[in-house]
Amino acid sequence: MSLRMPVRFEVNGKAVEVAVEPRVSLADCLRHQLRLTGTHLGCEHGVCGACTIIVDGAAVRSCLMLAVQADGSKITTVEGLSTDGELTPLQKSFRKHHALQCGFCTPGMLTTAHALLSEEPDCDAARVREVLSGNLCRCTGYISIVEAVLDARAAYRKDAPSRGSP
Amino acid sequence: MKMPAFEYACPTTLSEAVSLLASGNGEAKLLAGGQSLVPMLAFRLAQPALLVDLRKLADLRNIKISAEGVRLGAMVRWRDILDDARLATAHPLLRAAVGEVAHYQIRNRGTVGGSLAHADPAAEMPGIAVTCEAEIAVVGNSGTRVITAAEFFHGPLTTALASDEIIVEVRLPPWPAGRRWGFQEFARRRGDFALAAAAVFYDEDEAGKTRNAHVGAVGVADRPVRLHGAEAAINGQAIDEETIAKAEAAASSEVNPESDIHASGAYRRALIGTMVERALRAARAS
Repeated sequence: MSLRMPVRFEVNGKAVEVAVEPRVSLADCLRHQLRLTGTHLGCEHGVCGACTIIVDGAAVRSCLMLAVQADGSKITTVEGLSTDGELTPLQKSFRKHHALQCGFCTPGMLTTAHALLSEEPDCDAARVREVLSGNLCRCTGYISIVEAVLDARAAYRKDAPSRGSP
Repeated sequence: MKMPAFEYACPTTLSEAVSLLASGNGEAKLLAGGQSLVPMLAFRLAQPALLVDLRKLADLRNIKISAEGVRLGAMVRWRDILDDARLATAHPLLRAAVGEVAHYQIRNRGTVGGSLAHADPAAEMPGIAVTCEAEIAVVGNSGTRVITAAEFFHGPLTTALASDEIIVEVRLPPWPAGRRWGFQEFARRRGDFALAAAAVFYDEDEAGKTRNAHVGAVGVADRPVRLHGAEAAINGQAIDEETIAKAEAAASSEVNPESDIHASGAYRRALIGTMVERALRAARAS
């Protein structure tokens, strides 16, 4: 058993400090130590995409990061997409298009799509499909998810009245 | 799927990283982007005593483009390559191949050095390094050395790296304007490991005949390989239907892939011929 190490990072706008063993994944740290259980773990080896979070602006798989690697970074989990208790335009679009059934993959879909649309609000359907190819969904057949993401693009454009947050 | 216990160090200089790596007596491993190593830890296929994280070595994150070619620091991520517009002309083959690496989230973390050191026989970056006759600069306790890509890969997950050596950068030779190229990969699903992939480039003389043909393949041997038979079928020829057919046949005949759970050897042999054929058609149109 190796010693716990202090790790400091920012999660959803809040500075946190945790003590973790080096072997603990960032996903387990978020879920077990910080009780942010919105991040779901499917495969735990980097295949299913359910655990996707946003680290320093980039969508990454939190099961493929050690918590100690996150020291000094800024993290957004699904809990941090909305800051005011209301659904974000992307989340509303998922509801409108029935882009989920069981919901297990949804946190990873939302974080991945949020990272994508924040950088590429004008991406086309082919790009959305290519990016979402890293996230498995066993319920929807993906079509409704792709439609939801495409429909949410307008909210991320510079001139949008209500932009995706944060 | 919980990882085995290990110690963790995060050095801020390359020399400190080398010392830490050497101190492990073969039980230490480097951690770059972790996109191959962490799954290996999760499955306990790797159980290192110490992980040496390279994330604070900012000097390894540079992409340098000059008359001498393209130098990619070991910690350059796939997305850094895709985001660098200069590479559209400085090395379009590299950019095309990296676009096929895994998935969006993986490309945000996975690194050039990590992929080379991991040496998966189906991975794109080792294939590009071998096809382009790249050099891999490494540093260890006894100093710096440069290893050719052809000598770097010894087999699946096995390289010429000594246990105290760190990849610093990969050096790709210059890419002249007007060079024709193609990259074709086949996987069952987008982002899966390639069943086979072919990288092709060549230059043309004034008469429009091909010279300096390079054909590389991944997924068809225990390491990335050059297909010299296919290159011989192309050199000195115009890329017409007859030449393409000869190169396809040569490519299929010069590999002898093993059968595994994903595909039979015969299937992979046929597939690499088709990948070379499609890559040549793409090159002709490039």
